[in-house]
Amino acid sequence: MTVAAKHQALDVTTAQAPLGAYDPQKIRANFPILFQQVNGKPLVYLDNAATTQKPRAVIDAITRYYEADNANIHRGVHYLSQHATQRYENSRETVRRFLNAAEPSEIVFVRGATEGINLIAQTLGRTRVRAGDEVLITAMEHHSNIVPWQILCEEKGAMLRVAPINDAGELILDEFARLLGPRTKIVAVPHVSNALGTINPLRQMVELAHRHNAVVVVDGAQAVPHLAVDVRALDCDFYVFSGHKLYGPTGIGVLYGKSALLNAMPPYQGGGDMILSVTFEKTTYNKIPHKFEAGTPDVSGVIGLAAAINYVNELGLDRIEAHERDLLRQATESLSTIPGIRLIGTAKEKASVLSFVMDGIHPHDIGTILDQEGIAIRTGHHCAQPVMERFGIPATARASFAFYNTREEVNALIKGIDRVREVFA
Amino acid sequence: MPDLRELYQDVILEHSKAPRNYRELGAANRRAEGFNPLCGDRYTVYVDLDGDAIRDIAFQGSGCAISKASASLMTQSVKGKTQAEVEELFGEFHKIVTGEAPASNGKVPAVGKLSVFAGVSAYPVRVKCATLAWHTLRAALAGEHESVSTE
Ligand SMILES: Cc1ncc(COP(=O)(O)O)c(C=O)c1O
Repeated sequence: MTVAAKHQALDVTTAQAPLGAYDPQKIRANFPILFQQVNGKPLVYLDNAATTQKPRAVIDAITRYYEADNANIHRGVHYLSQHATQRYENSRETVRRFLNAAEPSEIVFVRGATEGINLIAQTLGRTRVRAGDEVLITAMEHHSNIVPWQILCEEKGAMLRVAPINDAGELILDEFARLLGPRTKIVAVPHVSNALGTINPLRQMVELAHRHNAVVVVDGAQAVPHLAVDVRALDCDFYVFSGHKLYGPTGIGVLYGKSALLNAMPPYQGGGDMILSVTFEKTTYNKIPHKFEAGTPDVSGVIGLAAAINYVNELGLDRIEAHERDLLRQATESLSTIPGIRLIGTAKEKASVLSFVMDGIHPHDIGTILDQEGIAIRTGHHCAQPVMERFGIPATARASFAFYNTREEVNALIKGIDRVREVFA
Repeated sequence: MPDLRELYQDVILEHSKAPRNYRELGAANRRAEGFNPLCGDRYTVYVDLDGDAIRDIAFQGSGCAISKASASLMTQSVKGKTQAEVEELFGEFHKIVTGEAPASNGKVPAVGKLSVFAGVSAYPVRVKCATLAWHTLRAALAGEHESVSTE
């Protein structure tokens, strides 16, 4: 059977029958990129926290959009424009359901988690935060949930406070609670840490922050690929994520915000689509979410993202979680037996992210040697330099698993690490 | 496929494990810090410059095997050299790690041991590791107080 035929035969997104037992081999067949050799070895892609690979369903949805549906949206009377607009807005509804938001108008399409956080800092932040106020983040942030708040605090004369983590990489909840106060205007926290894998007790954190009337912004970039998110159950005020970490295309992401807050916020960028009427004297802004979507959006990206969400839904996040937990357990147990390895991030609640360091061997060298074995991992500070500082290390090696990874690939990683030790013996 | 042993030559591994001139240099009259934001490598290079010549040189910091071994071998090969000679040597070294010159063909005889870095040319992302210490040394000699970055 050709690879293409195999894809067709095993395409789970079009399968009518229930999936039955979880079979990563079947799922892998939906990801064309996985079938290649790197440095003469089969690719073992374990850099999923950086970006995930795309299933054929996503690739095809984007291709089909350009082949059949492409038109500018929200502005045409002709068929194609109306059709494209409908597909764009249907995708918004797909995202609403995925996050269990109350209204589709609470879903704003942005470029990614980074832009989502910057949007909030520059709109809500600039109107809500004044001199002497505080913004609270944690010691496990990605730089994208630090720098936008630093910029805001500098501009406003406000203070950035940082809730500490323990040696396992878990938030110290008591300290977090202690740092909240009447001056805390915004609390910005990750749902899941990209460098450590820690899953935060979000529900509790939101409740604590709300007691002080702080607005809670959640960086969900590393959470949505691994666990079911219900923004209403969490009661967070904002939630952002990136499509490319959720098996969707790059350049597209989501900002969820409670409608009362979105309505009250000033616009982010000015331009077409975000207005109702414009004269040189006065502009009336459009309703949410359009108020925050100035200019022609990434329509194909939005459609690709919806296809990715449909794909993930079809697999089922509960099944994804169970499989990934299994891989994480296997990898953690195997790595723990190798002398000279220290795991960074050993929280009780963890997503499938495994950061580690090796005695006397720099992560960069680990990455190069594994690459020779066809194994892709991330090495470096993972855009989380304060986390590295907290653990007193310059960098880590990080393997991160997705639902298409297999136990055999975990074994390949362990064998690869043996090779690293050989070279440096 | 490039052979890993070409990159991780014994000399390189040995220098990375036991770097030479790895200390703070009290008598230094020039120093600079260099870092590679991509991988977090960070070194300080200390130079005791006597007129135009390097009387003594040392370094400290942390990074991968390639960057550390390169810093170590660099300190050995530039001691006693003038600034112009350092520039020339760096030019040769750069050609070797980027694969522009065959290692054996170095016009400058002093390149000697530095040719062990020829294997780096098969790993383009590692060129920055091999040249980090050199960029830092050049910044120190130029009297730049700002730190240098490979990005
Ligand atoms: C926790 C976390 N937040 C934010 C981001 C930024 O995502 P993007 O670069 O897609 O905007 C990342 C990506 O690495 C991340 O891991």
